[in-house]
Amino acid sequence: MKTDLSVRIGSLHLKNPVMVASGTFGYAEEFKDFLDLRQLGAVVTKTVTLKPRSGNPSPRTCETPSGMLNSIGLENPGLEVFLKTKLPFAAKLGIPLIVSIASESDPQEFVELACRLERVKSVSALELNISCPNVKHAGAATALISQDPAATKAVVRSVRKVSTKTIITKLSPNVTDIVPIAQAAQAGGSDAIALINTLTGMCIDVRRRRSRIAMPVGGLSGPAVRPVAVRMVWEVYRKIKIPIIGMGGIIDTFSALEFLIAGAAAISVGTANFVDPAVSGRIIAGLKEYALENKIASVRSLTGSIVKPCVQPKK
Amino acid sequence: MKTREHKAEILAHKRIDERVQLMTLAFPAPCAVPGQFVMVKAGVGGDPLLRRPISIHRRTKTGIELLYEVVGQGTALLAALRPGAEVSIIGPLGNGFPLVAAKGRTPVLVGGGMGAAPLVFLAEHLTAAASIKQPVALLGAHTKKGLLCVKAFRTAGCRVITATDDGSCGRRGFVSCLLKELLESTARENAVIYSCGPRPMLNSIYELADTAGVAAYVSLEAHMACGIGACLGCTVATTAGNKRVCKDGPVFAAQEILWGQADEN
Ligand SMILES: Cc1cc2nc3c(=O)[nH]c(=O)nc-3n(C[C@H](O)[C@H](O)[C@H](O)COP(=O)(O)OP(=O)(O)OC[C@H]3O[C@@H](n4cnc5c(N)ncnc54)[C@H](O)[C@@H]3O)c2cc1C
Ligand SMILES: Cc1cc2nc3c(=O)[nH]c(=O)nc-3n(C[C@H](O)[C@H](O)[C@H](O)COP(=O)(O)O)c2cc1C
Ligand code: FES
Repeated sequence: MKTDLSVRIGSLHLKNPVMVASGTFGYAEEFKDFLDLRQLGAVVTKTVTLKPRSGNPSPRTCETPSGMLNSIGLENPGLEVFLKTKLPFAAKLGIPLIVSIASESDPQEFVELACRLERVKSVSALELNISCPNVKHAGAATALISQDPAATKAVVRSVRKVSTKTIITKLSPNVTDIVPIAQAAQAGGSDAIALINTLTGMCIDVRRRRSRIAMPVGGLSGPAVRPVAVRMVWEVYRKIKIPIIGMGGIIDTFSALEFLIAGAAAISVGTANFVDPAVSGRIIAGLKEYALENKIASVRSLTGSIVKPCVQPKK
Repeated sequence: MKTREHKAEILAHKRIDERVQLMTLAFPAPCAVPGQFVMVKAGVGGDPLLRRPISIHRRTKTGIELLYEVVGQGTALLAALRPGAEVSIIGPLGNGFPLVAAKGRTPVLVGGGMGAAPLVFLAEHLTAAASIKQPVALLGAHTKKGLLCVKAFRTAGCRVITATDDGSCGRRGFVSCLLKELLESTARENAVIYSCGPRPMLNSIYELADTAGVAAYVSLEAHMACGIGACLGCTVATTAGNKRVCKDGPVFAAQEILWGQADEN
């Protein structure tokens, strides 16, 4: 029996549903010794902004129970240097290349970034990072664009107007209800939703009564956030039509499957890349093995295949 | 040689004192150079999650030695492992000490506390090389017990001078005082400094070296999540912008570092 691992996200054909999450895979080159990068479904590069950013003070990371806090602060060399020195390696891999972009203060920067990238052929899709907890948007009603449905829709729509590329909108879990935000991204013209960015968190060194990272608040990732992420994918899946890329604490085949079954069409491996740089390759192999063992003809049939709960949620 | 994950067997595991352990791993690393490190996984599974960076303390024919202090959860888990057990490591990682800088010169190795660990590998390398003068090892610690590797430096052929904060061994005071004296003597002419230790110590070494006009290389520490240049968690401000301690370092020319903006930890 053969099994089909391929999935579609907007106009992208992924040969399997395993991608790597922005900010956890550098610009792909860092991982070339560890695995055959061409086997990945897609690569998402570290979020790039128009101008260079030097990021937040150190220490920027600390370990937490089954996870980590980070406050990198979107350090990146800015679009021009990115295009010249970082992009070429990933562009040559021959797999879908997704460039994550963010604005620093004015959402109009998304439009400018999208316009510049529209002309770059090797870029297959844009991921709109409207959910980084480590940059603050001056003057906005909420700290993050993705905490406000109207602002979310407006940003997605403005990028949609200037871009023919597949648009993925990455959302923050730091909201009371994720569904209206995902719906707003869909209404703005997004081709897919990426869920979740990091959860805000704190970690205190009791002896010194100080935050363990230089910033008081950072973004939590790793296995610790997985149940929250799976729940959000499940909630959103039932309310939108566009595909979901699920992430948050995936470390092996079974945790990847959780997301697919909850409703994700594809998954991203994040923090686990730090611990085990070859893990995404093993998850691809594991998914194939799982599909064969369970006589699943297409991995697409797993999406949203969760067995109906005995107790139906109200409404 | 490609950098990959290796499962290395523990060949020997010795307790040096209550806090310091010496682990020998079956990991032949002929390409490893002094100053490089490995990322070690302590325990299995998700807690603790991240690998821990540890310098290569010595290299033997069959493997590498790690000299580490038990300070928290990860190192405590490592310390509990017995010979025969396997640990997952990634490495060797990072750039080592530039050895060409020592050609025809007297290498001055300055180690503070655990910072002595990677300098033993360096000392053994330097004394094995021709056209390099006898290295001087300046070692400092809070107390006599904290002075590490004194014997190893001597065996490697270094002249060893020590300092302790409480005066329990060698000079009373900081190791930087030893360096200051050395640089005030004629030894300055042909010296090159290699140093590893806490950030404030490295900062004063940079200042002394700069005043004396002597080249200095420092090995920095930073909190690392990945160790392979991907997360940007470990960056340090340099004259050429931010650099990653794990990938662009951990060894840097001291004058490259913007010391004022250094990590407060
Ligand atoms: C390049 C490099 C080489 C090193 N070489 C050695 C060595 O040869 N011997 C040795 O004893 N120690 C060395 N260290 C320090 C060592 O990595 C830490 O002591 C160790 O990570 C502590 O882990 P833990 O779980 O026991 O402590 P915890 O405090 O529980 O660790 C929690 C987190 O903080 C990080 N962390 C804690 N202390 C440090 C530190 N000083 N530097 C960086 N991260 C830290 C840990 O990696 C972990 O992610 C080195 C550090 C670096 C960056
Ligand atoms: C160190 C670090 C840096 C990150 N940088 C970015 C980033 O630049 N852009 C972004 O959209 N997400 C970023 N993220 C979030 C991840 O892409 C991912 O959404 C999140 O970590 C949850 O997945 P995980 O638990 O598998 O890591 C970063 C996460 C970490 C840990
Ligand atoms: S530790 Fe991740 S970039 Fe250095």
